[in-house]
Amino acid sequence: MRSVQDALTGEIFEEYAVLSVDELSRLCAVEPAYIVELVEEGVLSVTAVEAEQWRFAGTALRRARRALRLQRDLEINLAGVALALELMEELDALRRELAGRTAGAFREDLR
Amino acid sequence: MEFKDYYKVMGVARDATEAQIKQAYRKLARKYHPDVSKEKDAEARFKELGEAYEVLKSPEKRAAYDQLGRGPQPGENFRPPPDWGSGFEFSGAGDGASDRDYSEFFESLFGAARRGRGGFDPGRGDPTPGDAGRGLDHHAKVMLDLEASLQGGSRTFTLRVPEIDAEGHLSAKERVLNVQIPKGILSGQTIRLAGQGGSAGSGAAGDLYIEVDFQPHPLYRPDGRDLYLELPVAPWEAALGASVKVPTPGGLVDLKIPAGSRAATKLRLRGRGIPAAPPGDLYVVLQIALPPAGDEKAKAAYRALADAVPFNPRAHLGVSA
Repeated sequence: MRSVQDALTGEIFEEYAVLSVDELSRLCAVEPAYIVELVEEGVLSVTAVEAEQWRFAGTALRRARRALRLQRDLEINLAGVALALELMEELDALRRELAGRTAGAFREDLR
Repeated sequence: MEFKDYYKVMGVARDATEAQIKQAYRKLARKYHPDVSKEKDAEARFKELGEAYEVLKSPEKRAAYDQLGRGPQPGENFRPPPDWGSGFEFSGAGDGASDRDYSEFFESLFGAARRGRGGFDPGRGDPTPGDAGRGLDHHAKVMLDLEASLQGGSRTFTLRVPEIDAEGHLSAKERVLNVQIPKGILSGQTIRLAGQGGSAGSGAAGDLYIEVDFQPHPLYRPDGRDLYLELPVAPWEAALGASVKVPTPGGLVDLKIPAGSRAATKLRLRGRGIPAAPPGDLYVVLQIALPPAGDEKAKAAYRALADAVPFNPRAHLGVSA
């Protein structure tokens, strides 16, 4: 066991990253064509076009990797992945809302 | 090492057909997939499931596994028999799903067949050409306390990193990392640590990407860069207005409750959410807390209020008080 080193300093990737298709595909370890498929299916959105090249926000990384894992592990096609991601986002939003309501109800019960 | 009953993991009979095994895998994979599941041990269960499926879906591996018989029971100390694997050729580990790290049990049986493979959750396939000589990027996921984002500071994480030994076996090694948390990081964002990924001999090391999610916080509920705080107030504070002390990430503040506030009223404290750029807001959500009618004095006060204030809380239901 080595001793704990000085803290490593990193950056928040999403705050600065602007990714090309090639960069995003390298980060996801997939062929660039797969990134194009994700865009065509509406899983990823292109945030800008520079010199006829697509640019993605840093948030695309996590989304693309999530899509990839779902497709690979659950053996579903891209349309299914797109639907699953949308439904999961909706579910997350509902869970957040519910968390607020139950917290309130719980506190009233305490009294 | 522990014997693993892959049939039990998948919930299928020992004579299950290939179709039944596939069906069981798909059903359980949807249930325990770490991206989908909210179950606490989802990640471990999914890994175990992937491993079981890897063995049972391949006729060669399944036959070899079955040959172990029912000798050792799950959880018992297990050693592969000396003649293990003779006559079987394990060739099926070709798809991306086999890039996970496996249990010691799996490695002892099938590890040698995976010689030379590696990579820590590299997604699908091999790195694209053009970055030969550069180490692989690693990706990890951590749960972070909200305070780390609110105040900054360093946190220590233990990550499992794959390592390929001289015999080509892939195993997970624990790596302890002390990371300075960027103040204002949000759930769903990623800390990039340059040069902390996989090494590649002479080439540049890859980077380490750490996905961050927040653990539940006792006071604040984060939503993007905003925070929500449930604030109980007494009926008279809501009705008459009041100034009350409220905790915020920056310390206690005095908050003015407007007269005539109702339950679930949201009061916004601008800029007092997560200190991102720009900072989020803190929403204080009012909850009306009822004082108990515990003694005669309190009961008398409630009765006096009932007498003094004509009030039908059920008017909108068309019911008279």
